[in-house]
Parts: sequence; structure tokens; C-alpha cells
Amino acid sequence: MNFLAKLFYKYKKFLKVARLYLLIAGPGIIVMMADNDAGGITTYTVTGAQYKFYLIWFLILLGPVAYFVQEMTVRLGSVTKRGHAEAIFHSFGAFWGWLSLLDLVLVDWLTMITEFVGMTAALSIFGVPRLVTVILSWIVMGAMVIQGRYWTWEKIALVFCALNLIYIPAAFMINPPVHEVLRGSFIPQLPPGGFTNALFFLLMANIGTTIAPWMVFFQQSAVVDKGMQEKDMLWGQIDTAVGSFLTVVVAAGCVILTGTLIPGQNITDAATAAIRFMGINKYVGAFLAIGLFDAGFLGAICISLASSWAFGEVFGWAHSLNKKVKEAPWFYAYYFFDLMLAGTVVLIPRAPLVLITLFVQVVAVTLLPAALVFLILLLNDSETMGEYKNTRFQNFANISIVVMIIVVSTVYSISALFPNILGG
Amino acid sequence: MIFNFFRNTSAAFKAINRKYSTPRIKMTPLARLSLGVLRFYLLFLVGILVYKFVMTLHK
Repeated sequence: MNFLAKLFYKYKKFLKVARLYLLIAGPGIIVMMADNDAGGITTYTVTGAQYKFYLIWFLILLGPVAYFVQEMTVRLGSVTKRGHAEAIFHSFGAFWGWLSLLDLVLVDWLTMITEFVGMTAALSIFGVPRLVTVILSWIVMGAMVIQGRYWTWEKIALVFCALNLIYIPAAFMINPPVHEVLRGSFIPQLPPGGFTNALFFLLMANIGTTIAPWMVFFQQSAVVDKGMQEKDMLWGQIDTAVGSFLTVVVAAGCVILTGTLIPGQNITDAATAAIRFMGINKYVGAFLAIGLFDAGFLGAICISLASSWAFGEVFGWAHSLNKKVKEAPWFYAYYFFDLMLAGTVVLIPRAPLVLITLFVQVVAVTLLPAALVFLILLLNDSETMGEYKNTRFQNFANISIVVMIIVVSTVYSISALFPNILGG
Repeated sequence: MIFNFFRNTSAAFKAINRKYSTPRIKMTPLARLSLGVLRFYLLFLVGILVYKFVMTLHK
């Protein structure tokens, strides 16, 4: 009886903790799942098709990398109550602020195009014309924000995040070779053929899709808009950790799908993979297409919001999802402007959309150190951060990430100029 | 109307520059130079990527 009472008590305690987590969960999971955007899904499917399961270990390594970077934004947002753009202007002055904003606008806009590329390609598999997809997406994206409550937006976004997990059941449906998957996951190895330019490009794209400048801006602004306090920081960190775990699981799911069903096939995008899957298992093909649309949708709403928040902070516009359209007209105007501009590019006939998608990931990762350096400097400011400033270990981890990205970007650029250096 | 738009935008930029004219975190000239070099270097790398992108398109 005593045992049952204890068990019941623990069960109630667990429920209470879970309820509290669900209340505070949001920015971390959303940013990490949106990280698996259309460009991400394209990158993972191409990785799996070209290199089977050989690079899953690399994706697993990127999980903690994403966590370390994004966790800093939780602390910074909770303590300063400022979005990232405002924090840079406030702490480093207008010059560095404008440069950071320029980076953000450029990379965000390019990435937004890739989201619409993914969405239109996904629904075209079901026979939906591009124009219809773009217009329907605009309508749903608009409907999500105009109700004027951050909470509602967040919960709808979490539903789209849940849909992003569709790759996990799909990966189980195809009976992948478990032994090979586990080997590729836990034993670091290079694919047969060794280190080539093509492999390097994909590794760069994988880094670029796991951590991107917009994620830093988005999560910090979302933490502020949600009203998270210092006391909520632990929950925000757990939220980010759960998100980074899920992002890796989804990425691995995509690689497993293409690595099992179409290994060695030279596909260039996720939509082509979905079409080929249709011929093998129509349900898995449909799952991949639905997941691709969802990924693009999630990415588009988050990236557009990241830019709108940043502009609102800097220009002093009302910039909260808790405000109605008439209360924050410029904030919403920029949000829609961003969506419309990116959606329109996709409608241009014969644009090299697939090449743009992979290229954008690589540009994003190349510009990432500029954003990360400021983030690390802000997190080391004792006056602002107090007891929440970076520890030595956090500094070591984050500075290592920045150095690694700069080195990898440099080597990639050299290999781009001199293609024969790495072979392939 | 267009003239007004540009005038208002320019005024907004000036106001922001004034508001954030004094950085709260003081950086040494060396730190500023390092950040500037890093920024220039990263843009240079992006330039190479753009070059490769254009070359790939023309293949």
C-alpha cells in the first residue's frame, strides 16, 4: 500500500513537472525543428542517397553544437529581455549592429526562398500548382499571426513541429539495415571514395542547416516575446536540449530513408527522392513529401519572424506577436513582405532552385562566425550577465565551434577555387 | 510621397545611429580591428562561393 502511495505521488509529481515543461516549452523546440527546414531535409536526403549511413555520426555530432550555440540565446534573452539585434546595437554600437542586421536580412531572404522551393516542390508531387501552394501558404502563415497572441502562434507552430517527426515512423516502415545504421551512427568513418569536394560540400551544407544565423536571432527574440524570466532559464535549456535531440533524430530519419531506399542514386533534392519513393512505397513517398512541405512552412514562418523581430527591435516598432496588426503594423508588414518576396522568386520560371537551396546552406554557415562572435562576447559581459555569464567550458565549446567553422569554410573555399586539391 | 518616404527613412536611420552612437561594451582598437578583419574575411569567402555558384550555373 505504502509502495502504491509513493508511486502515485511520483506519478503526480511527474505530471506536474511535465505540465510546467509544456507551458514553458516552445522557442527551443520550434527553433530546432525549424532548423530541419526544406533546405535541411534536402541536404539530409541527398546525404543519405549519396553516402548511405556513413555520415550519420556527423549529424549526431552537430546536435550538441546546435545546443551549445542556442542555449546561449536562452540565457541572454532571459537576462537582458532584449532580442539579439537590439542587444548587438546596444552593446557594440550602430556600426556592428547594421552589419549584423544586413547579414541577417540577406541570409534570411535567401533561406526563405529555399523554404518556398521545398513547399512548392513537395505539393507539386500531389499535383498542386506552385502558385496555389504559394498563395495558400501565405494565407495560413498570415492567419497564424494575426490573432495577436504569442501563445496561440507557438502552440500552432508546435503542431507543425510534431508533423516534422513524420520521418521517424517512415524510417521504421522501410525496415532499414539496423546493423549498418548503428555502425554509421556511432563509428566515425568516411564513405568509400574518401574526402572529395562533393563530400566536403555536403558536410558544409549539413553544418549550415544545423546552425544558422537566423536561429540565434529567432530564439532570443522568441524568449523575450514569450516573457521568459531568469527563473525559467533551466526549462528553456531543457527545451533547447530536447529540440536539439529531436533535430538530430529527424535528420537521421531522412538519411536512413534515402540510404535504405535509393542508395547510390544521384538525386539533387528531397522532392525527387519523394517521387522515387512513390514507386517503391507510396506511403513513405507521401510522408517525405508532407514532411518536406511542413519543413519549408515551419522554416518560413520562423525565419520571417526572426527578421521582423530584429527590424522591430532596431527601428523601435512595436514588435510582438502579442500585439494585434493595427498595434504593430510595421512588424507584421515586414513579416508579410518577407514572405511575399521569397514566395514570388519561386514562381520565376527556370530559376535554378535546387542549386540555390544547397548554396544558401553553405553561405549561411560561412557567415555564421560573425554572428557567433558577438553572441560569445555578449555572454562574457559580466556587467550584463552576472552569474549567468559563460563558464570556461561553455567558452571553450563555443569558441571551438567558431574556429572549426572558420577553418572548414576556409578549406572549402580553397577547394572551390582549386577543385583538384581534394579530388572528386 | 516618394520623397517623403526617403526623408522619413533617412531620419529613422539617423535617429538609430544617434541612439546607439556610444557602444556599452568598450572594445580596444585591436579588438575592433580583429572583428573587422574577420568580417572582411568572411565576406571574401562568401565572394568565392558566389563565384563558384555562377561558374556552376554556366557549366
